[in-house]
Amino acid sequence: MAAAHWAGPSCAQPGDGAPAAGAPSFRVSVDDSPNDNGSALTLTWSPAEAAAGAVLTVLRETAGEPGFAPVGRVQSGVGTFEDTRGLARDRRYRYRLSWDTAEGVRRTPATGWISPRAQWFDRSRLAVAVAVPAFSLLVLVSILRARRGARSSIRRIQGLEAVDEAIGRATEMGKPILFSPGIDEADQPGTIAGLAILGKVIERAARSGTRTIVPNRDPVVMTVARAIGQEACLVAGRPEFYRDEDIYYATYSQFGYAAAMVGTMVRERPAVNFFMGNFAGEALILAETGYTMGAMQIAGCDADTQLPFFITTCDYTLIGEELYAASAYLSRDPVLLGSLKGQDLAKAILIGLIGVGVLLAIVGIEIGGFLR
Amino acid sequence: MSRTFPIVVAFVLGVFMAVQFFIPHPRVTGIYNTLLDIKQVVLGCTFMLGVLSLIQFHSRRIRRRHSGAGYSAVALAGLAAMVATALVWGTEQGPYRWMFNHVQAPMQATMFSLLAFFVASAAYRAFRVRNLDASVLLAVGVLVMLGRVTVGSVVSWEWGGETVSLTTVSEWFLHSVNVAAKRGILIGVGLGMIATALRIIVGLERTYLGRD
Repeated sequence: MAAAHWAGPSCAQPGDGAPAAGAPSFRVSVDDSPNDNGSALTLTWSPAEAAAGAVLTVLRETAGEPGFAPVGRVQSGVGTFEDTRGLARDRRYRYRLSWDTAEGVRRTPATGWISPRAQWFDRSRLAVAVAVPAFSLLVLVSILRARRGARSSIRRIQGLEAVDEAIGRATEMGKPILFSPGIDEADQPGTIAGLAILGKVIERAARSGTRTIVPNRDPVVMTVARAIGQEACLVAGRPEFYRDEDIYYATYSQFGYAAAMVGTMVRERPAVNFFMGNFAGEALILAETGYTMGAMQIAGCDADTQLPFFITTCDYTLIGEELYAASAYLSRDPVLLGSLKGQDLAKAILIGLIGVGVLLAIVGIEIGGFLR
Repeated sequence: MSRTFPIVVAFVLGVFMAVQFFIPHPRVTGIYNTLLDIKQVVLGCTFMLGVLSLIQFHSRRIRRRHSGAGYSAVALAGLAAMVATALVWGTEQGPYRWMFNHVQAPMQATMFSLLAFFVASAAYRAFRVRNLDASVLLAVGVLVMLGRVTVGSVVSWEWGGETVSLTTVSEWFLHSVNVAAKRGILIGVGLGMIATALRIIVGLERTYLGRD
């Protein structure tokens, strides 16, 4: 990492504008900002040596464009300033600080010339760079083992066991099923997990001749949901059962969507409501209306802020990771179940590490500094 | 080909998105930003599909004289009015802005404000004493609620040489017990997200393609 600094009056170069008489001798250095795309330089100085209590003006000169111009102001006690204003990687810059005193304006000498540089690795994300591949490796090994025939068992998840019961209830009552894939976009893992459940629900409902209504907030999710619905009806052996009008776009407005869902509940009176995906402030409006209408409700959500509402108002709730396990659980595909085993192994390791960390913290040994 | 191509695209883009998270260099962030732009264009196109679906859905209901056909007529009229006024007067001023500020925004606020009533009825059910779990929930809930209002700081006592108030107790429940449970959930969610992403990247999870 390049660094340019002024280490004292002797380093001042001709034409730099050496400090005036009585100027302080505090050291200002400029470095390339770490872990960035080459758009920032960081100035540092010792607050203990700097003019106490002064407001410093940061001045910058670009090579080939003589003259210093202010780029920011900072309290001297802060000791650092990051310049992110319009820096280019192919230009060179130098800095000086100025401040007002009773005797007039004072300045530090200019630092050396420096250019910002882009980094190829963000070292602040080292812990993630180690943990995610390690976890991925565990999952991949578990998947490979499952492919070679290793069997995995999975604990009963009541919310998913109840899916068939819920569909049966709707069939017996002759009423439709209402399914919400949440309010997020199709690139969110929670939405993808919700859509995976949608396929299974439509397939099983189609077999028993029950309609599944799917109002959508996101048009991409709607497009994917339609493709899933079409395929699910085909798999169920009833392609004619698929109707575009059952999987439709409601509105992009969050509470507009809530209103559309509530309206559908009141008009269609579904026997079962599924809320599977990402939800926010509208979660309770949906679930409480469904409860009032007497519908059986199964929810799955990974937002910890909304889970209490679903737990209170729904018959079954998939909590956090259970939502992501749903696809594997419902399909019983051994390879997908293998990935769940890898996930559980990683969780066991994490729990062990947390336990070790707690013990070390209790005895006063700190080893986690490198993770920050 | 129609099956393999999306899986290859998901693999290549999935790996790239995972790797770019660690690389701040403009050569990589440039590609990332271009991909985000492409996503916006695709999203814009799918909005047309959304609007088409909306028009088809409500037109069908009006044609069939469905019981909610009146609402569908209002929805279609609202859509037409917003589009027409936006095209003529723009979105920053004129009738479009007026309708947004005086019709749509108040309706959204109305829906949001309904939450207060729903919270009350849901809280009543959650706190109803039926068993030991519900009783513990009720006791903790009351302590936390009291600790969040003025009376919480007034009710205090000496414990272990320190003054403890209901506010302190409330904060302990919120910041120790509650956060511990939340973090447990969040760790599970994080691992679940990575496993789901991995299943998509390696082509095991294909539900998003509409086929298993």
